[in-house]
Amino acid sequence: MNFTLFFADLWTARMNLLNGLGQTVLISVGSVFLGTLLGVAVGLALTYGHWLLRFVVRIYTDFLRGTPVFVLILACFYILSVVGIDLSAFEAGVLALTLFCSSHVGEIVRGALSAISKGQTEAAKSIGLTFRQSFVYVLMPQALRQILPTWVNTATEIVKASTLLSIIGVVEFLLATQQVISRTYLSLEFYLFAGVVYFLVNFAIEQAGRFVERRIAIPN
Amino acid sequence: MTQVLKITDLHKRFGDLEVLKGIDLTMQKGDVVSLIGSSGSGKTTVLRCINLLEDFERGTVEIAGEAIGYRHDGRKRRRLPERQIARQRAMTGMTFQQFNLFPHMTALGNVMLGLLKTQKKPKEEARSIAESWLERVGMASRKDHYPGQLSGGQQQRVAIARAIAMNPQLMLFDEVTSALDPELVTEVLAVVRDLAADGMTMLIVTHEMRFARDVSSRVVFMHEGRIHEEGPPDELFGAPKTERLQGFLARSEF
Ligand SMILES: Nc1ncnc2c1ncn2[C@@H]1O[C@H](COP(=O)(O)OP(=O)(O)OP(=O)(O)O)[C@@H](O)[C@H]1O
Ligand SMILES: [Mg+2]
Repeated sequence: MNFTLFFADLWTARMNLLNGLGQTVLISVGSVFLGTLLGVAVGLALTYGHWLLRFVVRIYTDFLRGTPVFVLILACFYILSVVGIDLSAFEAGVLALTLFCSSHVGEIVRGALSAISKGQTEAAKSIGLTFRQSFVYVLMPQALRQILPTWVNTATEIVKASTLLSIIGVVEFLLATQQVISRTYLSLEFYLFAGVVYFLVNFAIEQAGRFVERRIAIPN
Repeated sequence: MTQVLKITDLHKRFGDLEVLKGIDLTMQKGDVVSLIGSSGSGKTTVLRCINLLEDFERGTVEIAGEAIGYRHDGRKRRRLPERQIARQRAMTGMTFQQFNLFPHMTALGNVMLGLLKTQKKPKEEARSIAESWLERVGMASRKDHYPGQLSGGQQQRVAIARAIAMNPQLMLFDEVTSALDPELVTEVLAVVRDLAADGMTMLIVTHEMRFARDVSSRVVFMHEGRIHEEGPPDELFGAPKTERLQGFLARSEF
């Protein structure tokens, strides 16, 4: 490994790499944010929906969870353009990751809500809370604590999956790195570097998750 | 005397199983009625119908003269809208075998929730009401503890405070002590006794026969979804008329 050369090239390519990292962050934050919103709706539909709605949403989640993310990305990019919806590579990629994220979050939310004992809802009802109130003050606070660790895990999965957007030409961090490699031929060094950066991003997410988890833990 | 509860011809089924086969029961203000009977006779179901936690197919339940749960349009019987049901549920206070405290809230938070959200009381008022009820059940020093930090008996006392702080017309107790270790039973029964002595109207489901005899103004014996016998505790326990009740008492512990 040639470190002097690597650092010199790293410095030269710094703006390209930072832009790539910026795209990765944007893609991940966007997909996790949208995917969580959609996922909560999916989870609520799976838990409280009319049977027909539950059935449809169940197919949606099972289908998405059973499909490789890679295939989802290609489908969003190529198939949608065939039916006349023209998305940029970036938009198609974020859409794919959002759908992927929503199916996982939906399942997590459903699991967390159904794990709360029926007695909680009944106690909430018995003091006169409406369904909406008991959801907001009794069920959701408990479900959120339950959801947090798995949700953080999903977020790190999305960061990793965002690398797949390089295939459809989105210059996120991995593709930016590969472009640098094609100029410098320092493939080992730069791939190693990329690996460390992804690790640090996910490590930071996990630590932040743990921190919040500790802050909101219920004393016992 | 004011009538607090009037149940007329209450029927309830779970699928093919008819669990309540026509219950009639009235309670006046200040009555303490114990509901006894063997397992599966439908005691819990009666309480859950009064608290509208279960639907029922036939009959009426009135609390303070108001028919609860359903409205009659001519011959049609319709369940009331959610908002009405929620309001009517708050007319009765209920405690559960498994306490069902909200684990993410302190004892004080548990008692305050209904005062704040159902009764829309200002925070300071809710807090002072909650604190005085926690004091009353002997939990003042633990008000900032979470349910996970409390013993079963302490949790049940908080649950009683949570229900009664709503100032219900009628308190429903479903086997308040059956999930407790023997040494914790006394402290909880003492709280219930204290409330009874204070004139609270209460319907108590219990397997503690001695307690039922001491605390009740009337005892009701249920068997297979029907009321078989009712009367003052001394009569019911001293001279049971039906064979069913005789048999039940012979099998019960005192
Ligand atoms: N949700 C339900 N679904 C189906 N059957 C039920 C349900 N709840 C209760 N039952 C049945 O209804 C009958 C009466 O139950 P209930 O809980 O009212 O009895 P109980 O008198 O309170 O008994 P215990 O002393 O054991 O608490 C029982 O046969 C029970 O199995
Ligand atoms: Mg019962």
